Amino acid sequence: MEETNRRMLRARDAMDRAYAEPLDIAALARIAHVSEWHFIRTFRATFGETPHRYLQRRRIERAMFLLRCTDRSVTEICFDVGFASLGTFSRTFRDVVGESPSAYRRGGDAAAVPTCFVKAWMRPSNFGEAPDGARGLA
Amino acid sequence: MLNAISISSLYVLDQDEALEFYVGKLGLEVNTDADLGFMRWLTVSVPGKPDREILLQRPGAPALDEATAAQVRDLLTKGALGTLIFQTDDCRKTYETLLARGVEFVEEPTERPYGIDCALRDPFGNHIRITQPTQQ
Repeated sequence: MEETNRRMLRARDAMDRAYAEPLDIAALARIAHVSEWHFIRTFRATFGETPHRYLQRRRIERAMFLLRCTDRSVTEICFDVGFASLGTFSRTFRDVVGESPSAYRRGGDAAAVPTCFVKAWMRPSNFGEAPDGARGLA
Repeated sequence: MLNAISISSLYVLDQDEALEFYVGKLGLEVNTDADLGFMRWLTVSVPGKPDREILLQRPGAPALDEATAAQVRDLLTKGALGTLIFQTDDCRKTYETLLARGVEFVEEPTERPYGIDCALRDPFGNHIRITQPTQQ
């Protein structure tokens, strides 16, 4: 259990660090030293959501930060955080945050606290799924 | 009233391995390593700063029943328990030094509004940051 958790955490840390790169399941499974099928299943059992969703939430959280703390355009931010298409970015952003990137941008500035806490606490919750409900699906 | 923070505690899976990491790699000093019979009281601190200690504690019986200890180990290795933030005069140099000692980083030194910092995990899943604050 502990060894499996550490492997899954190592892969999750890689997503936190390299969210802007074209991460795929094969690469993450290699970091965790497990097969791709096993990786998706185990990650979900460990953290309550699939690696894909975790990565999307990480990217959207970074986009939320960049929208409010920089002057970069929505299109630039979309690519900055690792999305390959503006359409996917806008759709995902709206699904997760509940409003468009430009509407979110008009909302205000971020607080000056250590960025790791912004990352953890500003990360939008799970695509509107009830947090309790997500657990039972693995 | 209260006048200092003297000891904070982190859970570790193995105290020998913790010692190897916190002292051998991060360069902290052993403050106290005492066999109290019922537990090994192990604290470390930053060299020259002995008044602020970190207690490296193993979750287990009899302090915790086995089921609770297993939950602690589960949370620890998922990265859901400890956080420790160190300060440094030179984040990039510290990063290079620790990298050469085989420390695995989860974030490279990055400019933040409050300074430059980087992050790593200890062997058990505790989250450790090293911050070089912006000069005021």
